[in-house]
Amino acid sequence: MVTVGLTHFLVISTLLFSMGIYAIITRKNAVMVLMGVELILNSANINFIAFSRFGNFGFNGQLIALFVIVLAAAEAAIALAIVLNIYKNLSTVNVDEVDNLKE
Amino acid sequence: MNIYDLIFYLFAALTLISAFFVVTNKNIVHSAFYLLFTFFGVAGIYVLLGADFVAIVQLIVYVGGILILLLFGVMLTNKITNVEIKTGTINIFSATIGVGLFAGVLLAAVLYAPWKVTLLQEPVSTTGILGNLLMNEYVLVFELLGIILLIALIGAASIARR
Amino acid sequence: MESQFLINTSLYVLFLPLLGFVVTLLLGKKVKSIYLFENLVLILTFIASVLILYNKLVNFPDSKIVSEVEWFGFANTPLFGDISIKLGIMIDNITAMMLFVVALISMLVHLYSIAYMKGDERYNRYFAYLGIFTFSMNGIVLTHNILMMYIFWELVGLSSYLLIGFWFEKKSASDAGKKAFIVNRVGDLGMFAGILILFFTYRTFSFEEIFNSISAGVLPFNSTFWLSVTGILLFCGAIGKSAQFPLHVWLPDAMEGPTPVSALIHAATMVAAGVYLVIRIFGLLTADAMLFIAVIGMISSFIPATIALTQNDIKKVLAYSTISQLGYMIMALGVGAYQFAFFHLVTHAFFKAALFLGSGSVIHAMHHEQDIRYMGGLRKKMPLTYWTFVISSLAIAGIPLTSGFLSKDGILASSLAFANLTGHWLFPITGFLVALLTAFYMFRLIIITFHGEPKDHHKFEHAHESPFVMVMPLVVLATLSVFIWYTPNPINADQGWVLSKWIEKPVLHTPVETRFDFMKPDTEATPENEPIMYSTIYTEAMHHAHYPAMFISLFVAISGILLAFVFYHWKKVNVDALTERIKPLYTFSLNKWYFDELYDKTFVSGTLLLSRALGWFDLKIIDGIVNGAAAATKSLSFFIGNFDRIVIDGFVNLTAYLSGFFGLLFRRIQTGKVQTYIVLVIFSIVILLFIFR
Repeated sequence: MVTVGLTHFLVISTLLFSMGIYAIITRKNAVMVLMGVELILNSANINFIAFSRFGNFGFNGQLIALFVIVLAAAEAAIALAIVLNIYKNLSTVNVDEVDNLKE
Repeated sequence: MNIYDLIFYLFAALTLISAFFVVTNKNIVHSAFYLLFTFFGVAGIYVLLGADFVAIVQLIVYVGGILILLLFGVMLTNKITNVEIKTGTINIFSATIGVGLFAGVLLAAVLYAPWKVTLLQEPVSTTGILGNLLMNEYVLVFELLGIILLIALIGAASIARR
Repeated sequence: MESQFLINTSLYVLFLPLLGFVVTLLLGKKVKSIYLFENLVLILTFIASVLILYNKLVNFPDSKIVSEVEWFGFANTPLFGDISIKLGIMIDNITAMMLFVVALISMLVHLYSIAYMKGDERYNRYFAYLGIFTFSMNGIVLTHNILMMYIFWELVGLSSYLLIGFWFEKKSASDAGKKAFIVNRVGDLGMFAGILILFFTYRTFSFEEIFNSISAGVLPFNSTFWLSVTGILLFCGAIGKSAQFPLHVWLPDAMEGPTPVSALIHAATMVAAGVYLVIRIFGLLTADAMLFIAVIGMISSFIPATIALTQNDIKKVLAYSTISQLGYMIMALGVGAYQFAFFHLVTHAFFKAALFLGSGSVIHAMHHEQDIRYMGGLRKKMPLTYWTFVISSLAIAGIPLTSGFLSKDGILASSLAFANLTGHWLFPITGFLVALLTAFYMFRLIIITFHGEPKDHHKFEHAHESPFVMVMPLVVLATLSVFIWYTPNPINADQGWVLSKWIEKPVLHTPVETRFDFMKPDTEATPENEPIMYSTIYTEAMHHAHYPAMFISLFVAISGILLAFVFYHWKKVNVDALTERIKPLYTFSLNKWYFDELYDKTFVSGTLLLSRALGWFDLKIIDGIVNGAAAATKSLSFFIGNFDRIVIDGFVNLTAYLSGFFGLLFRRIQTGKVQTYIVLVIFSIVILLFIFR
């Protein structure tokens, strides 16, 4: 068995990313879609930190991961506000029923 | 197999399995709780990558903030009394194929790419270093993030109140 | 005191009225009392003009102050080379005095109009028009080049048009406005041709540079003949603007405008702009051009004077007397009496404005009745109006102790001297005859209007003295018609400050051989370009002419007045019987020498005939060609149309059909669900990754 290296972390992040996408695509509930987004952000963060550890980039990767976390917080707040608004207007949070874009 | 690898596999398994349950579980509240474990696992992986400060922030912000927010979202948008917190699924078939293909391609790329790995340095405490970076090189970004957070706060409040 | 101060102040004088115009016009509908702003602006303008006059006369009595900026320039144009068009201001004593006159009368007319125009539905717009008129008039006075003068010249024409047709609901008013505008264009065409000749020859519009070039011997087309032609062409502008024969027909009609406007524009300032133009171009006038100008001036002083004898409209009489007096000034310029011409311009501006405003006061009191046959006896009702009217009439008739006596006597004396030197005796004879007629018709007007018994008792009962803002300008202007402002000696103005100090003597730039003999410099006594252009012969002739002219003019003026009293006051002569006996002459004069009818028959119907002929040509020939071309085009387009329908439309329809088909196919994908789109994106990425691996 090989020692744990960069590839291991990248594989984990890839799988996490794929599951995030899967959640976004398949779940009807908007909150679940948001959870998928959080998964994707986490996988991206793992990538950043892994490259910061195994690449020759200093600590910039970790810093960017921090920024991503902050932005994720902001994004979650806004997205939830939007979800609440949609719920108020259409009394549903199921994304597939929100298809006004079709018209 | 040393202790580092063991811990890594432990956290990797925790992350991936709980993530899988997040994605497949029908009950949203359950999903949210599984998401808690995913975040824990990711935080552990951060620690293994020598990013102690980021790991702590991950715990505080994600687990303490975002997850709670998501739960609030669930509560506010579902009639709790009717236990209508199940979520339906769509696109199962095409999504499985598409995501499978996608994951396959990415994995192939990750596994066969000739990564140029530098030597591992000893992990050090990163808090001071990150603080210095934030206050010197990245001070502008830091300020901008502060403003963005403020705007997001106001914006979220105003959107939700409308 | 820097000369820069004068330039800056003159910019205020120029642009303050423009500001007033813009503000009043824009806010006129919203703010009812914006006219007060316009009046305030005019008072400031007047103060600034007083500052200019004072500083110019005290600090720079002998120098011209010029300031210019380049407007635009072209380098190396074909045919012309380098061209630089400049904007500039020139202030000499005449400019300063003229500014003062314009600003003062404009301010008084503004104040007067507050009461006179009260209740008019376009009250504020009226003041806005007055503002732009004052702006453009000041522009004419201040500019240092003939191009800017031409631009402002047209601007005053525009504001005159707007104000004549101010009550455009009346057909006669709008017609009069159009007539004034069109007749003025005829003169301006000549002026424009003159400007073009000047520019073609000298590559500049600046008066000073043109004069310098002429002094250096550069002539248009290298001939003195063309220099005369240029002078006469430029003078054409003055013929139009100053309503000189044969373009005088517009001024009487212009009386359709509000009376204060007639006082400001059609008596005191704008019509004097023609005289001002001749004063400005005096340096390039040859003897031939001057003779032409003198003849035009003489004719225009005589004809309207005879017409004014029989007119019954109070404003028409004043209008004809204005033309007549302007003819005096033009004639004075023609006979070389430069200083007296300007002096008369100033004095005439004051007393004629007073007369017009006085007539406005009468008309106001009589509820817009202008026919003097319905007036009479107003002396008791309106004492201030009456006395100011009398003082101004004495001035225009040329009675001693008034300003009019000084300037008119000067003009007559110069024409006498001119006749003595050159043998053209017609000028002084006409001049004295016109003086007689002027005195007669002015006092006929006074007697019929203010003396005797009231004819229309109803209107007479309601007549009353005008309010303060209307009487005050009258008093000011009548006061300015007294000699004391101009000279300490009431019978001879030569030693007074106006003539000896303020009005500069003219400088002639024309080649010596083209001048009148008496304008040639004395041998070696005076260099060619010294301000003193008159020879000693002329000075002597003037000296000899002074007393004869004074006595004759005094005699004719008094006899004219007496005649008026004999005819109309004491009724010693039966006027009706007299007119019956000279019926043809009377109707000839009453119908204004049939000028309008003559122009109607010749120019207007000629134009109509020409347009009809052209219309026929258009209709038959041009339209025939056009129709033929149309038929050819039509058959061609029929062919092309079929081609279009079958071939091109086929392609177009095919494209549309294909688009529709694919649209039907692809619209299934457009579900509007974001998640479906993401699935598609994922698939696409996978495919792309495979392709670009």
